[in-house]
Amino acid sequence: MFAQQLINGLVTGSTYALIALGYTMVYGVLQLINFAHGEIYMVGAFAGLLLVTVAQLPFPVALLLAMGITALLGVTIEFLAYRPLRRSSRLSVLISAIGMSIFVQNVALWIWGPSTRSFRPPFPVTPLSLGGLRTNTLELLTLALALLMMVGLHLLVTRTKLGKAMRAVAQDRETAALMGINVNRTIAFTFAIGSSLAAAAGVMVGMLFNAVVPNMGVMPGLKGFVAAVLGGIGHIPGAMLGGLLLGMAEVLGVALLSSQWRDAVAFAILIVVLLYRPSGLLGRRTQEKV
Amino acid sequence: MLDWADGLLRGFINPYYYGILVTIGINIILALSLNLVTGFTGQLHLGHAAFMAIGAYTAGLLATKAGVSFAPAVLAAGLAAAVAGVIVGLPTLRLRGDYLAIATLGFGEIVRITLLNLDITGGPFGLRGIPRQTNLPIVILAALFTFLVLRSLVHSRMGRALIAIREDEVAAQTMGIDTARLKVASFTLAAFFAGIAGALFAYWFRYLNPSSFGFMVSIELLAMVVFGGLGNLLGSVVGAGVMTYLPEFLRTVAPAIAERRLVFYGALLVIVMILRPNGLLGTSSEQGWLEIWLARRRSGPQAARGVATGETPPPASTGGAGRGPA
Repeated sequence: MFAQQLINGLVTGSTYALIALGYTMVYGVLQLINFAHGEIYMVGAFAGLLLVTVAQLPFPVALLLAMGITALLGVTIEFLAYRPLRRSSRLSVLISAIGMSIFVQNVALWIWGPSTRSFRPPFPVTPLSLGGLRTNTLELLTLALALLMMVGLHLLVTRTKLGKAMRAVAQDRETAALMGINVNRTIAFTFAIGSSLAAAAGVMVGMLFNAVVPNMGVMPGLKGFVAAVLGGIGHIPGAMLGGLLLGMAEVLGVALLSSQWRDAVAFAILIVVLLYRPSGLLGRRTQEKV
Repeated sequence: MLDWADGLLRGFINPYYYGILVTIGINIILALSLNLVTGFTGQLHLGHAAFMAIGAYTAGLLATKAGVSFAPAVLAAGLAAAVAGVIVGLPTLRLRGDYLAIATLGFGEIVRITLLNLDITGGPFGLRGIPRQTNLPIVILAALFTFLVLRSLVHSRMGRALIAIREDEVAAQTMGIDTARLKVASFTLAAFFAGIAGALFAYWFRYLNPSSFGFMVSIELLAMVVFGGLGNLLGSVVGAGVMTYLPEFLRTVAPAIAERRLVFYGALLVIVMILRPNGLLGTSSEQGWLEIWLARRRSGPQAARGVATGETPPPASTGGAGRGPA
């Protein structure tokens, strides 16, 4: 029973991790909590659903296209709501981010209506039994995709020129600009990559729960952020670890209390981490610069 | 209470507008108190609805389960919310900026989920049977009281200290301001008033449900404060008035737009932050594109050339001495 719960926690946790990566990358380069990230995840789920059901595309193509569409959305949001505020106070940027999140969510509500749509996987899902534990091919595919993307992202950040530029911008934006790095383009790429990961999570969760709805991004968005903070915000392996741990912790909380307290567990973890180790599990302690 | 004044007001205000005015009054108290924390002290607070919820449920439970009368129940509601304010304020000793905003958001959600899962609050079915004892004169008096208390506070030594924290926390600390104590004090006082507003809400609507105090309510309150102007009390009065009445007005004229008002609130927050982060009547030193554009026009083409070398107009984040319009 308990091991069974852990499998569920691992699958949910891997989707939190994908969302958390977007938060952490954007925070790394802009020191901004991209509140609209949960909405990007939601749009990703809708894009995947519509591409599969309306456009009748094969699943891998639909997934990649959905990721591309949300990458564009992420870049557009950055351009409209964050770039004009590059030099403003953090309070202003944060309020702008909240505004953008509410805007996107309610435009989605306007277009797609408030009712939940079902998202049946376009491929056969077979139940499996691994040493007495029940799972299915969809859950395993979610885990595999999440791991694949995390490894891919890790390679991108550590081995490519773009990754080097991202790390440089995260370290010191002005010096990076002086070294000939196109800062605006690097930031846009960061949004594009983070958004496409969120879209992948949205598509997979939409199929796992067989539900896609305009407000589906709110809770996973917040939890992705919690996962990023738990792992140490701005730290990419931290976001992966934080997502998986949060998924497990929630399952444990549900097992110990009851399922109604599921969301409260995540926020309690958030507040405890912020109070006792604001730099997260893997993050380095930093002093705020004056 | 104040039945004679109520009779007088009901004599010439029709019941529809009477109800709207009561809601506006309650929102004014909420916006004013949120402005103290976010506008004057500069701490982004995303859980103000939770303080309101604690006040509302305290008053509602005292009225329905303990038979406490109106005035003591309202006071108890304020005090209960103030205790919660201390609890939220204490983390601000450690947290800054974005982290604080997220922690207050988490606090708000925990309060809502707790109310949803307790037996005594009626959970998702809500709390019924609260007597209607809020009336317009009481709300007006409460809003006026809040305004006057906060106005004298922000003009006091403490108020200037709060503004100093907003403008530059490190510099404020260097000047000998006990920033930690003042931040907690500002949260506590804001929570007290929000609790009172919650109690008035409970005694007016007579029914409480956790979904009336969700994250979106906190955001609507923030939109009122931002639109009216961060750090200006009159701005919050205007913001609360306009943003409470506008949806009601649109409901009769253009119901499709009223239903989708959150689309516009979201866009409004973004646009206000870009053009004029101070809102209508705000007081912080931060400048937006609108002010910079006006300043360029006023100072003529020569000054404009000097600024136009940057890719984007550079709004000053702090200080910004001498650039914008006075």
